Amino acid sequence: MSSGVLAVDLAYWQVTILRVLGLLAAVLLPAGTIVYVFLFKMMSFMQSRLGPMEAGPYGSMQLLAEVGKWLQKEDLFPDGADRKVFAWAPIVVVVSTFIMYAVVPFGPDAWFADLPTGIFFALAVSSVSVIGILMAGWASANKYSLMGGLRATGQLIAYELPLVLAVLGVVIQAGTMNMQGIVEAQRNGEIFGFGGIGNPFILTQFVGFALFMIAMQAELTQPPFDMPVAESELVAGYLTEYSGLRFLLFFIGEFATAGAFSAIAAVLFLGGWALPGISFDSNLMNVLGPLVMLGKMMLVVFLVMWFRFTYPRFREDQLQIFAWKFLIPISLVNIAVTAVLKVAF
Amino acid sequence: MVAQNIFFGIIAAAMVVSAIKVVTTKNVVHAALYLVIVLAGVAAQFILVGAEFTGVTQVLVYIGAVIVLFLFGIMLTRARIGHEMDVDNERRWIAGLTALLLFAVMTYALLDAFDDTDIEANGALAPQATQAVSDSIFRDYLIPFEAVSFLLLAALIGAIVVARRE
Repeated sequence: MSSGVLAVDLAYWQVTILRVLGLLAAVLLPAGTIVYVFLFKMMSFMQSRLGPMEAGPYGSMQLLAEVGKWLQKEDLFPDGADRKVFAWAPIVVVVSTFIMYAVVPFGPDAWFADLPTGIFFALAVSSVSVIGILMAGWASANKYSLMGGLRATGQLIAYELPLVLAVLGVVIQAGTMNMQGIVEAQRNGEIFGFGGIGNPFILTQFVGFALFMIAMQAELTQPPFDMPVAESELVAGYLTEYSGLRFLLFFIGEFATAGAFSAIAAVLFLGGWALPGISFDSNLMNVLGPLVMLGKMMLVVFLVMWFRFTYPRFREDQLQIFAWKFLIPISLVNIAVTAVLKVAF
Repeated sequence: MVAQNIFFGIIAAAMVVSAIKVVTTKNVVHAALYLVIVLAGVAAQFILVGAEFTGVTQVLVYIGAVIVLFLFGIMLTRARIGHEMDVDNERRWIAGLTALLLFAVMTYALLDAFDDTDIEANGALAPQATQAVSDSIFRDYLIPFEAVSFLLLAALIGAIVVARRE
């Protein structure tokens, strides 16, 4: 299992330590970048204001200041709360995000875990965070929190189906569930005999990409799908009673999950760490790959945030109708068409 | 197999403790959350013997869907925090007897089938890879698979019809 990353031979335990550190960096760096670049700055510019300007040059240290502020706050527990469940809920959410990242490849050898069931694993693990949200909503002993938790669950269950079904089209076309295999299938693919740029699945699976983006927006509970934390109706939903470190964990979880889903979208539809039409040797690619991945991830997050700042919130019934009556039938048709074309060509 | 055996023991112990907690705890939501630990342990055991697809399916179906629906149902109807007085009832002896009977049947079946055979991680007895699972479902067991899907669909539609009686 010892792999020669950058022509340096490392023992298994050294590779493992590198992978764990790499995973921490892969979770936290994109999450921080997303918060600063998109949530602080892009949102402000879209609303004709400057956003944070005081902390550090151009407000770039604002996030560190915020983290410092949260860490100083008291770890509050509501009076009637179920303390143990209340305390564990944010940890369940954050851990499910960390494990999701484990199957994302960042280069030919720069991966954390190369599972044969890669994408299936990621989707399965992402569904565990629902339990954390329900735990938070229930244990807060607050009817707004409970409503938020229930709304979140109804929404996440409904949108998990189109998410999985959208991925199925890619899996059928690539012929594998392994994330590296999906990257390779796009790198070496051809579109009607033309192999100059490979076959990024966004070109042949554009319906799947659209479905995945919509379902992902809902899974992240970003506006226009933010009923679980709708501030005008539910204060802040399941987050209402949280403060300090535990709120910070939820906050990291939210944006790290955005990073994880966009990394998966980048692998599935944009060709992952590979550059279209250009191939370097694998040592160079191990260094370039993470940067290419980061670029593609940020592109996907840009789209997510753009929708977030543009559209007003759905109503609860519109949300459910949209998932069950539009997205799921479309994704089923997409799968059928993909399967027929796969056999025909 | 030594490392696997040690982890099997640790996970199995955690599962047994949580399983006992499921039936002894005084709070319905806590019982459901302990059940999550038991089911996660099952998934971990599957992964430990190399049945990755089955393990991941276990997480997706049982933890991600079944338990979430349990919790959803409990919280929609009754979900008090703290001890509940009416979670026990008088049928516990019958339940214990059933559990004992099930234990005996399972033990007999497992001992009868495997006895003291060692299961190598990648040997002939080891669980099959993802591709082999799909091959056997869609080639050897296609008709039973379709029959079960049809039955589930019928049950689903039936449940909707019963629930929506107007």
